[in-house]
Amino acid sequence: MSLLRVQGLGKEFGGVRAVENLSFSVAQGIVHSIIGPNGAGKTTLLNLLTGIYVPTAGGIYLGERELTGRPPYEYAAAGVARTFQNLQVFFNMSALENVMVGRYRHERCGLAAALLRFPAQARAESACRDAAAELLEFVGLGGYLGAHADAMPYGALKRLEVARALATEPQLLLLDEPAAGLNPTETREFETLIGRIAARGITVVLVEHNMRLVMGVSDHVLVLDYGCKLAEGTAGEMRADPRVVEAYLGAAVH
Amino acid sequence: MSAQLAQYLLSGVTIGAIYALVALGFSIIFNASHVINFAQGEFVMIGGMTTVSLIGTGLPLPLAIVAAVAVAGAMGLALEKFAVEPARGAPVVTLIIITIGASIFLRGLAILVWDKKLHTLPPFSGHRPIEIAGAALLPQSLWVLGVTLAIVLLLWWFFGRTLLGKAILATSHQRLAAQLVGINVRQVVFISFGLSAALGAVAGILITPITLTSWDVGIMLGLKGFAAAVLGGLGSGPGAVVGGLVLGIAETLSAGYLSSAYKDVIAFVLMLAVLFFRPRGLLGGRVTERV
Amino acid sequence: MISWLAQARTGGMLALIAAIALLPLALSNNYFYEVAILVGLNAILCVGLNLLIGYAGQISLGHAGFFGLGGYGSAILSARYGWPPLAALAAATAAVGLIAFVIGRPILRLRGHYLAMATLGMGVIVSIVVSTEDGFTGGPDGMSVPPLTLAGMVLQGERVWYWVVGALLIAAVWLAQNLIESPTGRALRALSGSEVGAEVVGIDSSRHKLLVFVISAVYAAIAGGLTAHYSGFITPGKASFFHSIELVTMVVFGGMASTFGAVIGAAILTTLPQVLTVFKEYEMVAFGAVMMGTMIFVPKGLVPSLAMMARRRPVRPRGSNR
Repeated sequence: MSLLRVQGLGKEFGGVRAVENLSFSVAQGIVHSIIGPNGAGKTTLLNLLTGIYVPTAGGIYLGERELTGRPPYEYAAAGVARTFQNLQVFFNMSALENVMVGRYRHERCGLAAALLRFPAQARAESACRDAAAELLEFVGLGGYLGAHADAMPYGALKRLEVARALATEPQLLLLDEPAAGLNPTETREFETLIGRIAARGITVVLVEHNMRLVMGVSDHVLVLDYGCKLAEGTAGEMRADPRVVEAYLGAAVH
Repeated sequence: MSAQLAQYLLSGVTIGAIYALVALGFSIIFNASHVINFAQGEFVMIGGMTTVSLIGTGLPLPLAIVAAVAVAGAMGLALEKFAVEPARGAPVVTLIIITIGASIFLRGLAILVWDKKLHTLPPFSGHRPIEIAGAALLPQSLWVLGVTLAIVLLLWWFFGRTLLGKAILATSHQRLAAQLVGINVRQVVFISFGLSAALGAVAGILITPITLTSWDVGIMLGLKGFAAAVLGGLGSGPGAVVGGLVLGIAETLSAGYLSSAYKDVIAFVLMLAVLFFRPRGLLGGRVTERV
Repeated sequence: MISWLAQARTGGMLALIAAIALLPLALSNNYFYEVAILVGLNAILCVGLNLLIGYAGQISLGHAGFFGLGGYGSAILSARYGWPPLAALAAATAAVGLIAFVIGRPILRLRGHYLAMATLGMGVIVSIVVSTEDGFTGGPDGMSVPPLTLAGMVLQGERVWYWVVGALLIAAVWLAQNLIESPTGRALRALSGSEVGAEVVGIDSSRHKLLVFVISAVYAAIAGGLTAHYSGFITPGKASFFHSIELVTMVVFGGMASTFGAVIGAAILTTLPQVLTVFKEYEMVAFGAVMMGTMIFVPKGLVPSLAMMARRRPVRPRGSNR
């Protein structure tokens, strides 16, 4: 059963076709990777899948619902969450608060309640704080419970974004090159984390360059080249596909 | 063409040229440093007032003009060195406050050095208006238009043909790349302030015989020159010129046919309209924020 | 960390209440009371403006326009149309809120410099209009404003106004702090941290920006109306670009993203011109120099800089290997 469906998707930037006539679907409950050489349109695709870019052609469907052209907060409301390759951490807040922001969808409060500080607010705050702390533990940042975001190392910040994304209670989690800038140990830890996320029933879409991570964690792989689908299948199939090898893998396969 | 319309167009183009010079000053600094120099109007004031003083000491007009422009240029350089550079890298709000503080400082200085009275300069070549299409054109207006044209051509040559000019343009397009090829970016910013101040001073000197000068002429002229720059596209040289002329003509036409009381409002209404519908300006200025 | 936050808030409130309660002991004549009242009125405005600039990370160079509209609105309704002053104040405030709602949408689509320019233009247009429509506003010379009446009693006199403004300031700070600590406040801070990061967790950034824009406009309008009724007079200068910059400077100098910083900034920069009058003809030069100096040497604002210094001190003597 497919959770995410993309049909004939296209995105043009003044003559440059970053994504062209792309169709694929992501089944629920699996880990789905998207790979491709630099400039293949992977980050553009993620921006399209979260409403940051509006497609110039085609449609995006989550379950029954069409999300094409909706603004990012509606994608979030539909259950799509993501992390960023270029960190979009809230450096003006603590680690805990970063994750608490992720709970926004689940803790709506009216303006009057906010301004006048109804007692229910304090209880909700406390619950929110506890949920955020639990998520920090889940991603392995238990040691940073009291830390401020601007004092955290790069590897921790990448996990912080994951915690924040998980706080929205998504159906679909999009990870944008989570292993970029991580050493092999950190990458292995991330692999474990992805497994634990998938075990929670969340569908994961992973955009990655790190082949070891992709091969280790993916149920399904989609290969992009020049904004178009080059091939798709299991990790093993992609590894052996001559088109993919020629376009991308080359001699870097481990 | 009716004589009245011709009159409005002529005075519109004249004041428009002044706005264009002030707008050029804004654009040059904005290009080099992404700073909006709200003290730009004060250099217009300094140009006119300094010339008035120097003539009072007996100096012949041409020398007084050159000296006044030099003084203004020097003050522009000083502004950059002592107020803007120390705050390099500060957020937009902070830099805006600094340049506004500088404009207040310069106005306060003007009160001390001079006074709060209106002053004038003799027109460069006589009082007798020239008749064109039933309208009266002041000879001074010809000076305004002529000098502005000469300056625009000079700047076009400077930015297009000289190494220094191209360095400034390179910095405005891509600061890091400019640094990497050995352009001293700080010097570029420094020079741009001096250049813009000089431009402002010239504008102030040109217009004084027509509209007089005083310690606070800089406020409105600065704001309107800024509106003209935004109208044409902040950061665009041709945009500054087009914006200035459009603004000047719009101002005199609306003052003549609609309401003279609201003459000053036109500049800001046009600026808001541009920002709402075409923020890059009529000629599309620099993109400041990347998606 | 969380307990420190709670401490800062309650500590700050207590300090503010104590300051307001005890200050009259130091105020020996009407003039000092007047300055204190003006500080309070500016502080109310700055608390609102700080929500916009400091917490939501936006900018406005035209907030004196809202101040002026609130003041003139209340003045015109009460002086020319005979409305009871309190009703006039309420109506003017509501009108300003509505205006902010309507123009906020298109204006807040802009960012950075463009937003600054648009708010500047808006403010200047307001100041020109109030100066020109002399039939309503009395033109460049301004107009006189009847005093506020509360339950039949006329609010007049420095001492009465001091307590009124003091109470209102405490309320203004309390409301603002509540907002900041609520999920909405967190969303605003997230917005200023990273707009796209906030959007992808479900925060509608345009709605939030508009909300805080309207709230800050309402704060400004109330401050404007109160000032008009207190002074008994209002002039177009109150809506001027210069006044807008003064207000922004108060917020930035006190320290953005700090409600109490905004109050302190208002206090310092309202009393400063009074102090600078000793310089007589050097007053303007001195004020300009102070504006430049504070931004160059204390760019993060007073309260955050002091807080940073306080945080650093315990670390160094322990000889930590930072």
